[in-house]
Amino acid sequence: MEIPFTTLPRRDTGLYNAKLGIWLFLASEVMLFGALFSSYILLRVGAMPGAWPHGILNVPVGTVNTLVLICSSVTVVLGWAALKANDFAKYRKIQLVTIACAGMFVCIKSYEYYDKFTHYEVVMKDGRVIDGHLVAKEGGGGVVDGRRQPPEFIVLHGVEFAAELKAAGMAKVPLIERLEKQSGHHLEHKEFRIPWAETKRVQNYGPWHNTYLAIYFTLTGLHALHVIGGALVIGWIWGPGAAMWKTDPERYTNRVEVSGLFWHFVDLVWIFLFPILYLL
Amino acid sequence: MSLKSFHVVFIVSAFLLSMFLGGWCIYEYFTHSRRVIDLLLGLVSLAGAVGLVVYGRYFLKKLKNIDYF
Repeated sequence: MEIPFTTLPRRDTGLYNAKLGIWLFLASEVMLFGALFSSYILLRVGAMPGAWPHGILNVPVGTVNTLVLICSSVTVVLGWAALKANDFAKYRKIQLVTIACAGMFVCIKSYEYYDKFTHYEVVMKDGRVIDGHLVAKEGGGGVVDGRRQPPEFIVLHGVEFAAELKAAGMAKVPLIERLEKQSGHHLEHKEFRIPWAETKRVQNYGPWHNTYLAIYFTLTGLHALHVIGGALVIGWIWGPGAAMWKTDPERYTNRVEVSGLFWHFVDLVWIFLFPILYLL
Repeated sequence: MSLKSFHVVFIVSAFLLSMFLGGWCIYEYFTHSRRVIDLLLGLVSLAGAVGLVVYGRYFLKKLKNIDYF
């Protein structure tokens, strides 16, 4: 039995099945991301004045990732245009760039996540705070009574400052610059070998660190899952699914269009995420 | 809405983002950061915004035979 309206538009909707389906799906996605964006805004406006962190994320790296996604949107639409012009070979080449861009985006995002998970804030028992990237964990680490033991030393490359300086807070200025302004001198980056017994709290910049990072990881993690999902679909249509081009080229072109619509939505979400999380 | 229309919406959004990023970076540079990377990023973003306009015109010309819906 042949499925109707896979290539021709229905008279009542003016759309073929898959296009109607993807727009309904995208409407539900708008609600999902809309709810998370609203949560972000409410958490942000509800935060204490000056308490919302700034300068935690690397803007140039985020910009490169934005550029990668913009390029992928351009290639996905040019690939579809190539199919419209019956140029399958050109589509294959162009769409390969889209898949490569998706891979690059995920790699860069993983690097950013890795950077956050290896960035530690150590509060010492004497009130000092050491903020820096993990170099090594020395000694200890064994399992006693089913519980993993902490290391004897934690080695960080970063800066040291008094806890009250960090608590003071100044909006719109990255932490290190803020601390330098308040302390009145340049904070020297160096290596610290910290005995675990002298620490009060050791925590990396994971989602548990503060509200900002919790919403950052939720939003970007969900977005990254969409990128991976979209890349898998585009990759399947490009690879094993390409056999349809020989039997039903119009339907195949429609599939590429629908995957492109999803891809554009994912990229558009990033266009909003980037300034909100990295710049504002 | 076809992929063509959605792409136009996307390019307009990317253009606005480029302009905003350019302005933000240059503002950061002159107000407190004084880092060359900020100035460079600002100028590159503004150039990118111009590039997106040029690309948008090329895109509309190239796909003039494809429907918007």
